[in-house]
This record gives sequence, structure tokens and C-alpha cells, in this order.
Amino acid sequence: MSDSVTAQAHAVPAHHEELGFWRTYVFSTDHKMIGRQFLFLGLFMLIIGGLLAMMMRWQLAWPETEIPLMSWVPEPYMYGGILPPPTYNAFFTMHATIMIFFVVMPIMVGCFGNFLIPLMIGTRDMAFPRLNMLSFWVGLMSGLVMLSSFFVPGGPAASGWTAYAPLSAQAAFTGVNWGQHLWIISLILLGISSLMGSINYITTIVNMRAPGMTYFRMPLVIWSLFITAILLLLALPVLTAALAMLLFDRMFGTSFFLPAGGGEPLLWQHLFWFFGHPEVYVLVLPAMGVTSDILSTFSRKPIFGYHAMAFSMIAIAFLSWVVWGHHMFISGMNPLLGTAFMMSTMVIAIPSAIKTFNWLGTLWGGSIRFTSPMLFALGFVSNFLIGGLSGIFMASTPVDIFIHDTYYIVAHFHYVVAGIIFALFAAIYYWFPKMFGRTMNEALGKTHFVLTYTFFNLTFFPMHILGVGGHMRRIYNPTQYDFLQPLQGINVFITMSALLLGLSQLPFIVNFIGSLITGKKAERNPWQANTLEWTAPSPPPHGNYDAIPVVYRGPYEYSSPEVKEDWLPQNRQLGTEATAARAH
Amino acid sequence: MSEAAVMHSAVEPAETPLTPESWGKLGMWVFLAADAMSFGCLIVGYGLLRHASANWPVPSKVLGINLTALMTFLLICSSVTMVQSLSAIKANDMRGLKKFLLLTILGGAAFLGLQAYEWTHLITERLPEVGLSFTTHLFAATFFVLTGFHGMHVTGGVIYNSCVLAACLRGRYGPKHVEIAGLYWHFVDLVWILIFTFVYLI
Repeated sequence: MSDSVTAQAHAVPAHHEELGFWRTYVFSTDHKMIGRQFLFLGLFMLIIGGLLAMMMRWQLAWPETEIPLMSWVPEPYMYGGILPPPTYNAFFTMHATIMIFFVVMPIMVGCFGNFLIPLMIGTRDMAFPRLNMLSFWVGLMSGLVMLSSFFVPGGPAASGWTAYAPLSAQAAFTGVNWGQHLWIISLILLGISSLMGSINYITTIVNMRAPGMTYFRMPLVIWSLFITAILLLLALPVLTAALAMLLFDRMFGTSFFLPAGGGEPLLWQHLFWFFGHPEVYVLVLPAMGVTSDILSTFSRKPIFGYHAMAFSMIAIAFLSWVVWGHHMFISGMNPLLGTAFMMSTMVIAIPSAIKTFNWLGTLWGGSIRFTSPMLFALGFVSNFLIGGLSGIFMASTPVDIFIHDTYYIVAHFHYVVAGIIFALFAAIYYWFPKMFGRTMNEALGKTHFVLTYTFFNLTFFPMHILGVGGHMRRIYNPTQYDFLQPLQGINVFITMSALLLGLSQLPFIVNFIGSLITGKKAERNPWQANTLEWTAPSPPPHGNYDAIPVVYRGPYEYSSPEVKEDWLPQNRQLGTEATAARAH
Repeated sequence: MSEAAVMHSAVEPAETPLTPESWGKLGMWVFLAADAMSFGCLIVGYGLLRHASANWPVPSKVLGINLTALMTFLLICSSVTMVQSLSAIKANDMRGLKKFLLLTILGGAAFLGLQAYEWTHLITERLPEVGLSFTTHLFAATFFVLTGFHGMHVTGGVIYNSCVLAACLRGRYGPKHVEIAGLYWHFVDLVWILIFTFVYLI
């Protein structure tokens, strides 16, 4: 510890004045309240994104038939509940945009980043609490702008979440004018929001760790959020700048991405994927961190290979900057460049595999407790494995040229990105007692897991078969193609599974809302876990700790021979360590 | 509570903080890293579009160098006065701070004024003369987007520096706040040198 800090190290009592309703629940600067706000925003958007997906699935299974309960939607967006092609395009665009930017990012990064970072590194709040509040409010505004695009003439953006130019660069191509403008503006706002968030996360983690909390005593979920924040910080400005150019093309008549005016459509693809691939790891790294913590806690064993886990995340982060071209193998790029991207992409499988094997190593010989969070974490690992393996297939250029833009790709990224939902649920079940001071119902949680896991796999696994059979991605009506006729049965099966996957979320909704109101009061450390957040009250008050904890060891000392319990909190002082701490 | 949280977070013990004197300093560095990425994206995009274009004009012939060289000189001078205002407030010399920070602000404002003059001249006279406009040629489009984005940063910096000056004179801000503002101002200056090189000179 540096001298200047030791000099300041007198205990400062956390004094709490009473705040009114507005400053406690709405305009709060408390990182925990901002985390909860992000959680509710994300869960609300999850419902919308999910409903969009189910309407698309209906169209794919039973093309141009009436979708139940949707006949109220006015023409030309739907015709008596029948989905017309332009609306279908708008739906897959908004489904992806909402799920990526307004579900996974607000919940995994916004909610858990905010809630966990100060609690788990042992400090009272973020480095810049007001900037943090602004980050949520700009994020919410961005979400509202995105939702408002459903209600403008022409409907929402319809050029895919990748907004490839020139399709996205002129209103005439998709018939969507204001919807695409709002899409761009919303994502620029989201970029500003996440910029403020990542400045906060990085500064807080670098500067405000409790005494004894060295970098390599940080829980892996904090490592993952730290690396995520760095990726977000450096990737989103690239998207923002590219979006600004796209907006100029659309609104002021420039032609950055329009070949007619001398522009380069490929420039958009390069810039988008230069952002887009790190973005994939922005989504998946926190899920990996959450999984590492939960697997260790419920195996009652230290995480296998802590340093390897941290370094493999760093390696993934570095490599994520040099693999973007694998999204563009068929864009006509130089084959030599394609080969370089193929190899860098395959290299990224190594740190991912290290993580997977270390998760298995953590489970090996553990006394596993199959709680709801543990089941969901295991679900994440198995789905990530499938998604990761299919990723290696499409990393190789010759295979990718065959399966590019087919349902094989759709299957792959849903196993990875939609698979994050398992880590997301695991995190909600695991930290719910800390967030809301009540425990969730285990029976409902396990039911939720079994149903979700079953129907998730029944929905997304058959898509591999569709893809290899040549089923194109983003098509409106597969029955128009003769060669897809034999596969239509699989489409119907997938749709029924997807609808059941949607229904499987009912136990969660009941459990979440029910536990908020009537759940059993949670104790401080219901899971007998080691990390610092469990030493604070449930839910922690404004300011988190009575006194800033001192950390004596890493976060995964489960089944330690030094104590008779099978857990050993990071801040518990054992006899021999008292002297060591003083020397430190 | 937020103010209270900020205050006691700054004095509570922490493990090896990188910038123990101020959280804001690290925050500014982190922000500048992100901002460098957005400028980098625009400059790379500019380079790619220029490389791919068959009829890119020679910039110095369209834009002229002399005025912009003066603007660059002004901005570099304002960076020097920024350094001097920091050493003034560190020496508790409030008159020096006032003088040098005011000069910094003036330098930024003069830069903006000249840029406004340059843009007006280009839009109304020079570009129509050579037959290039914002919508018809990417030379003009990239020029206005890059210099405009930078001009927004200078505008923000002038406002930011004015706020810092006002807060320093009221005694609310000290040397560390001037130092953080200085980081931003030097960054904006550095980026301008890159833009001047790539957009005007080369």
C-alpha cells in the first residue's frame, strides 16, 4: 500500500442521511440502485425481444398465416395478424438489436457490473457516482428512442442489426426512413452511455480495491467485467464514429458508404466488425466470469487454474481485435487476408478451451450442490461448448463459404449469445438475495432451468441441420423454395420448441415477482460464499460496508484445511495472517 | 450522499491505486483512450476512402496551408499556456493562473473563429470554384466530418476550460482539476496536429 494512502487510512464513518423517494429509487447515484434499474430495463426489453422472435418463428413455420392475438396491429405493419415481408425484416433487425444492446449489455454489464464491482472489490460506490447515474439515464433514453422507432411511419429499422451499407445508407433501399435514423441515434446514445459506464468501471477497479485486494485476488467475475469495460471503451467509439458517417449518408447526402458517390460499402463492414467482434466478447466475457464464480462456489472447490482463467480472458480480449474479418469471408476480400483471419480466429479457440477445461477441472471431485444458479451455470458451459465448437467450423474459410448466411450461423451465434441467457439467469438466481434481500424459490428455479435448457436445445440445435441443408438466414418464407420443402418439418418443430421456450419463462416471471414481494428474508451469506459482497447486509445499505474490509486471500478458498467450515471468506483474518497483514 | 460518497471514497484506504491523488485523472486518461479510437476510426476511414478514390484532389491546392498553419500555431501556443497555468496554480499564483488559463481559452476561441471563417470561405467560394461539395465528393465530406468532429472537441474544451477557470477563482477547484483539463486540452491539440498532417499537408 502506498504511503499517501496509508496516511489517509483513518476510518471514516459512513454517515447516511435519509434520501427522499426520488433520490433513492429514481435519480439515485447508488451503484446498487443503478444496477437494479439496468436489470429491470433489460428484463423488460427481454420480453419484447423474445416476442419478436416468436412472431418470426410463427411466420417461418406457418408462412403467411394469422399470428394469434396479433390481429390488432394496423396495416401496413400486419394484415389481420399476418406478417408482411417488410415487417419481418424489421422484426429480425430489432430482435437482434434489442437482445444484444438492450438485454445482454444492460443486464450483464450494466446491472451486474454496477452492482458487483464496488461490492466485490470492497468499496462504497463507483469512482464517479453521478456519471454512473447519467450513464443509466442516457441508456434508458437510448432504449426509449429504439422503442419509439416502432411507432414512426415506415416502422423500425429493417436492414439487419449489422446495418450493412448500402442497404442501410439510403431510405429507398429498405423503405424505412425514420426508423433507421432512430436506430442510429439510439445506438450513438448507447455508445455514450456505455462509455461513461466503462470509464467508471475501469477507474473504480484500478483505484479503489480494498486493502489486500490485489489484482490476482479479485474474483474472476470482476476480472471479466474489467476486461469487458476495456473492450467496450475501445470498441464502441468505433461504432459511434461509423454510425455518424452512416447518419450523414442518410440525412445530409454524403456517400461514405455509397458506391454511387465514390464511397466504400466494405468500409462499413470493416468498421462495423472491428467493433462487432470485440462486442461479442463484451457479451460473453461477463457470462464466463459469472460462471467461474458460481461453479467454484457450488463445487465447494477453488477454481481450477485461477491465473490461467484470468490470462485466458486477457488473451481473448487481445485476439478479439484481430479476428473481425471472419465475418467477411465472402465479401471478396483478398484470400491471403482471409487466411490470416482464419488462423487468428482459430487461435482464439485456445484460451476459450482453457476456460472450458478449467471449468471441468473445477467440477472434478467437487461436492457439487445443484442449486438453481449452479444448474444455469452448467447450462451455460454446455451451450458455450457447442457454440464454440461450431465456431471453429465456420472459422475455416472453405467451410464458411458453404454455410455463410445459413441457419448454421444462426444456430452458432444463438448457442453463444443466446446461451449467455443461462449465465444471466444464473447470476440473477445467485445474487438475487443480495440485490433484493429476499431468496428466490428453488423449486420454481429448477423447473425454469429444466424447461429452458430442454427447449433451448430443441430450438437451436436443429438449426444446424437446416443450415447444412442450405436454409438461408433472414428469409421470409422458406416454403417458396423447392429445395427447402423437405426441411419444413424441422422449421415447424423449431417453432413449437421456441414457443415452448417462451412459455418456459413463466416460472421465472412468477418466481422473480413473487420473491420480490413475498420471498423469504435472505441472510448475509446464503450460499456460504467467500467473496466480499456476502459480508455486507442483504441488501447492502448505501455505502455498503460499516468499515472497508481488509482482504487476506483470494476468492476461492473453499474446503480449506485451515478452517472447519468449507468456506473461508476473503476478509476473515486467521491467526498466522495477522502478522503478515501488518507487514503488508 | 453522492457528494459524501465521493469525498470519503477518496480518503479511504485502497490497494495500490494508480492515481491516488485523484480518481478523475485516471478517468480522463481512460476517456481519452476511447476518444482516440473514435478519431482513429474517422482517420482510417478517411485514408481508406482516399486510397480507393481515383480523383482525389491535392489537398493543399484546394484548402491552402497558410491560414491553417496559423491555426495550428495558435493551438500549440494554447497548449503551452495550459502548462503554464498548471504550474501557476501549483505555485498558488492565482493571478498567473487567471492570465494563462484565459490565454488558453482565447487561443481555443481564436482557433474556432478562424475555423468558422475557413469553413465559410470553403463552402461559399473555394469548393464551388473547384467543383467539389459536401454531397458530391468525399474529399469535402471527409474534410468537414474530421475537422468538424475536432472543432466540436475544441468547443467542448473552451467551455470546459472556462468552467475550470471559474471554479478555480471561486476556490472550488485546485491544481488537480487544472491538470485533468490540461490532459484533455493537450489531447485535442495532438489530434489537430494529426489532422493537419493527414488532411492538409499530405
